[in-house]
Amino acid sequence: MSEQSTPDVDSALSRRGRAFVFGDNIDTDLLAPGPYMRESPEVLASHCLEAIDPDFAGAVQRGDIVVGGKSFGIGSSREQAVQSLVVLGVGAIVATSFARIFYRNALNFGLPALTCPDLQAERGDDLEVRPQDGLVINHTSGKQYRCESIPPELMDIVNVGGLMPWLARKLAADAKSAASGADGTSGDPA
Amino acid sequence: MSLTLAEKIIAHACHRDSVRPGEIVTASLDLLMMHDSGGPRRVASRLEQLGAKVWDPEKVVVVSDHFVPATDLESAEILALTRRWAQQAGVRHYDMLGICHVVLQEGGHVQPGMFCVGGDSHSPSGGAYGAFMMGVGATDITGALVTGELWLKVPQTVRVNWDGALGKGVSAKDIMLYLCATLGMGNENQAFEYGGAAVRAMSMSERMVLCNMSAELGAETGMVAADEKTLAALAQAGRPYSGDIARWQSDPDAACLAEHHYDAATLAPQIAAPHSPANSRAVTEYEPVHIDQGYIGACTGAKLSDLHMAAEVLKGRKIASNTRLLIAPASVAMTRAAAADGTLEILTEAGAIMLPTGCGACAGMGAGMYADGEVGLSTTARNFKGRMGSSKAQVYLGSPYSVAAGAVKGYICDPRELLAEPA
Ligand code: SF4
Repeated sequence: MSEQSTPDVDSALSRRGRAFVFGDNIDTDLLAPGPYMRESPEVLASHCLEAIDPDFAGAVQRGDIVVGGKSFGIGSSREQAVQSLVVLGVGAIVATSFARIFYRNALNFGLPALTCPDLQAERGDDLEVRPQDGLVINHTSGKQYRCESIPPELMDIVNVGGLMPWLARKLAADAKSAASGADGTSGDPA
Repeated sequence: MSLTLAEKIIAHACHRDSVRPGEIVTASLDLLMMHDSGGPRRVASRLEQLGAKVWDPEKVVVVSDHFVPATDLESAEILALTRRWAQQAGVRHYDMLGICHVVLQEGGHVQPGMFCVGGDSHSPSGGAYGAFMMGVGATDITGALVTGELWLKVPQTVRVNWDGALGKGVSAKDIMLYLCATLGMGNENQAFEYGGAAVRAMSMSERMVLCNMSAELGAETGMVAADEKTLAALAQAGRPYSGDIARWQSDPDAACLAEHHYDAATLAPQIAAPHSPANSRAVTEYEPVHIDQGYIGACTGAKLSDLHMAAEVLKGRKIASNTRLLIAPASVAMTRAAAADGTLEILTEAGAIMLPTGCGACAGMGAGMYADGEVGLSTTARNFKGRMGSSKAQVYLGSPYSVAAGAVKGYICDPRELLAEPA
């Protein structure tokens, strides 16, 4: 697709894929089981959610959307819970609510996490998430749902692809302003 | 303007007079803690990638506790990397001396009014000292290490008061299991402040259990406002608090999301059934479920006070022949204290198997894991499926009294009955 221009930042956040639906309180031990934490990210990801859905890791494809209930990602601070979903290619997570560290970790990995309490979806439904519009669309049922948008202060982190690129940008900007400050008054008109 | 303790600390850390719940703010850090699992092993390469250094080595503490002691080459390498990084960065390193939340307090690092972060979900433990301490993942820790700052959404405060006195054989762990069942685990964006006569009467170790397991409530943090006990503990740790704790109290008329009152005297020992702390109910409502293995371990369940509770039940008794009891004390200093005051002798006489200090089976990495189909009763903070070994194990949670009593009988039982009879 060489003719494709650089996607604008907003539409880059839209995701469309098949729904994989889970219930309330999906915890970090289900997402990244302790006994496999020493394995590579790929091996760990292959055990993601296997305790409740042994087929998930094999079936999920790039761009698919994980749907959860209340307190998705509750439990430990292990980022492997988010990383495993990213490794498996999950495009976005939509849940009734998110556990606080998991929510931070998801944004830090540039993975959109959207709170959408009313969403009705079944496994395999064709879902589209549009964080920029605060919308989740279930193309299978033809219904649309409002989702809570990501606060603008944090959207900046997701937009640049996560906290690491955000930090790199901030450090570069800090260095630049320090350098121009070191020039003394040279930047100012005399 | 009236503020809660959480709001006062956050406002101070943002160099402002006040903050409102729901605002997203950036706060300066007084302390950053990370451990061997989520620490240097994850952040070293990220710092290198950014070409950045630690903002203030004086404010950083590294603790090796998850892969302790090394059980294979990989864990040995992780510990070696952690050691090297801490030395190079010039930060304080507690190397195999105990579980992070516990050694942080033994060292007097967390002080009233501080804004702290930890690379571990149970970091709210620090709130026992009247501080605001929140848990984050390794990427956030990287950002915090570089900038000395962290963003957060100012939480709403929930006040939980335990009036009266806890009965014999009932502890802070029972309070938290009860709250998990009552308030659920979805209390995001909330700071829990614990108070009331029963909390004031608690030791610092017991207060830490309340704050620690605020993570199970899904809360941003948990805290207990500082008092004379806090000051005494800090003085004993060799870092007396020089400020005025009157500054770090919630204003009586500050707005809260909710204020709950509970009667401590009516609380029975609580047991959480697999696979969630929210599945808790009074021990008196349980059938005598057979236990293959009791586990007294973790930051929340194997401090000196926890070992004392277990010893009260185990004194002069033996572990049932069809079960086993594993005990991993929470720190090296606590092991030494338990040896000196005779507690270890009581535990080992009863037939308990002593394990090394560290996170052990609680993190699903160390000694004491459960096999397929095994039933466990554990003092740890969470019993999620597969956390402590096989996803086909059934892990129940209870206080050190309840786990010790279960090990003596070989099944889940009310520890108050054993405490009432002479051994
Ligand atoms: S003992 Fe368990 S809960 Fe405590 S820090 Fe270690 S793994 Fe976490």
